[in-house]
Amino acid sequence: MSILVDKNTKVVVQGITGAQGTLHTKLCKSYYDTKIIAGVTPGKGGMTHEGVPVYNFVKDMQKEHQVDCSLIFVPPSFCADAIFEAVEAEIPLIVVITEGIPVNDMSKVMVAVRQSKSRVIGPNCPGIITPGETKIGIMPGDIHEKGSIGVVSRSGTLTYETVNQLTELGLGQSSCVGIGGDPIVGTNFIDILELFQKDPDTEAIAMIGEIGGSAEEEASDFIKEHVSKPVTAFIAGQTAPPGRRMGHAGAIVSGNQGGAKEKIAYLRKNGITIADSPATIGATLLSSLKR
Amino acid sequence: MKIHEYQAKQIIASYGVKIPQGNVARTLDEVENAFKRLAKKVVVVKAQIHAGGRGKGGGVKLSHSLDELKTNARQILGMQLITPQTGDEGQKVKSLLIEEGLDILKELYFSILIDRSTQLPILLASLEGGMDIEEVADKHPEKIHREFINPAFGLPAFQALRLGFKLGLHKIHPKLPIKAAKFFMGIYQAFDKEDASLIEINPMLITKDYDVLALDCKITLDDNSLFRHQTNSELRDLDEEDSTEIEASKYELSYIKLAGSIGCMVNGAGLAMATMDIIKFHGGNPANFLDVGGGATQERVEAALELICRDKNVACVFINIFGGIVRCDMIAKGIVGALNSLDLTIPIIVRLRGNNASEAKKIIENSKFADRLKMIEDLTEAAKASIMWANR
Repeated sequence: MSILVDKNTKVVVQGITGAQGTLHTKLCKSYYDTKIIAGVTPGKGGMTHEGVPVYNFVKDMQKEHQVDCSLIFVPPSFCADAIFEAVEAEIPLIVVITEGIPVNDMSKVMVAVRQSKSRVIGPNCPGIITPGETKIGIMPGDIHEKGSIGVVSRSGTLTYETVNQLTELGLGQSSCVGIGGDPIVGTNFIDILELFQKDPDTEAIAMIGEIGGSAEEEASDFIKEHVSKPVTAFIAGQTAPPGRRMGHAGAIVSGNQGGAKEKIAYLRKNGITIADSPATIGATLLSSLKR
Repeated sequence: MKIHEYQAKQIIASYGVKIPQGNVARTLDEVENAFKRLAKKVVVVKAQIHAGGRGKGGGVKLSHSLDELKTNARQILGMQLITPQTGDEGQKVKSLLIEEGLDILKELYFSILIDRSTQLPILLASLEGGMDIEEVADKHPEKIHREFINPAFGLPAFQALRLGFKLGLHKIHPKLPIKAAKFFMGIYQAFDKEDASLIEINPMLITKDYDVLALDCKITLDDNSLFRHQTNSELRDLDEEDSTEIEASKYELSYIKLAGSIGCMVNGAGLAMATMDIIKFHGGNPANFLDVGGGATQERVEAALELICRDKNVACVFINIFGGIVRCDMIAKGIVGALNSLDLTIPIIVRLRGNNASEAKKIIENSKFADRLKMIEDLTEAAKASIMWANR
């Protein structure tokens, strides 16, 4: 088992005819049992692209295909609109890779998302992978190995670094979820932790956080109360100067909020194992399993 | 993107928010003209730099005559203004805002920003204006009043009015809550329509005539929304930014200068932060944050290496790339290309993992820079090596 997605998940790609959409449709399709079965690009309906039919609108596509998930590569200026469209078509899972969506757009579209049955992952995230089954995102598939570690992260390449360490130590992954580096994301640490806790195939969890906001602190309060599986965390940005955005739109220490030291102290207080160095996330998790 | 106070005030004024009368001056002649046009007994001169805490650094002064104003303006114009937010070097003052002095009854605090937990715009207001709001939040959280807004509908009048009553403005004057509500709604309009990520009015002023004005105004515009606000993009003041950072943004590189000696080039923001962290963890100091981005091309790698090495403090460079979608061999070509065109003598530690890493290794080993480029696969070892070379 796994969380959110598995080998049966049927996927549509919104923005399939763009450069990113094209490249990653190809890469996802070549990964095990990933089922990308349709695409949407307004104005390109009727054509076939990367071997799948393209539609003008999500709702038209959904009538034919009943997909479980939409993977979005639409450019930032139209991306909130694309999310809205997927919500209207009642797509259960919406994974948004796009970076650079205006925060006000996300704030508005999330009002609609919260009143719907859809779950949004991202934006500005690498997506989700259930190793050996399906890859719905832009992560390199070959570093992953099927196993029992759940990985949840706000970052992209730092997640790959973590997964690579786990795989090299013989620790495969149940599912890996990138929740995104923006100030507003559709799914937070807590939602994913809850799913990993319920998933019988997940034995331990790696949580990769960073500076900005208080999602890690809130997650650690949740872990203390509701998660019995061991959680190992790393918080990036201990050396980040205050008031500066560190690449990710959400990675900023503002005033006395969002600093790495404060986050780490808070997590430790809630009994969470912390990896001191990004090079030892895998090893720290392994030793927490042996305890 | 940050903008100046006078620019921020012009924006909110265009949404019907009252601001003090004032003029911008860049020379002493313009200061004199501004004074004459205002024709007020008391004027305030305010240094226009992006950093806050200007008053503490001597960048805001009250004047009661033209002579006094000129003396103050002469002092401030062109000075390196040091505030708690500028760092030790300070920021050069290139323009002044000359404003009418007003009779102050009460100073309030008001701001709008996106609350990350609820994902909604939030209005924050307090009677403790003019102070450091974070201090108020720390010591007297009950003195800060809040209204969460549904961004799909905007700010309804009742919520704006309710905030005024929470502040107890009706006890000061029965008409004040309505005046304040109009003020809040004007600021909210500006926040929404201009895609601000923060508007802060500190202080928001109540005059002795029970008028409500923005005495100061700070706006941060959402960088991600500038594509639909051409006029706002033009408000960018390059003098306020580090020249290398401006150059970096042309290549779509995310670069932030720091004080250390180890230059960093990394792909991905999270790994870039983590790379700085591991350098610090083992006792070194990073010279910069640099994310070459997911779609790093050979040209961008070259530009990045050149920018990093412009910093004279850099004694060693640590390149840490995890090839997910990016191919390591392409990064390697970029590094070799940069060394061909740049005159660099400092050691470079290269850690390339993931996609096409073995091809990348061959490219570097077969180049004429094989001695200078030290390939290390282990993250900890690579960090330690860069510290060792930086300290030589």
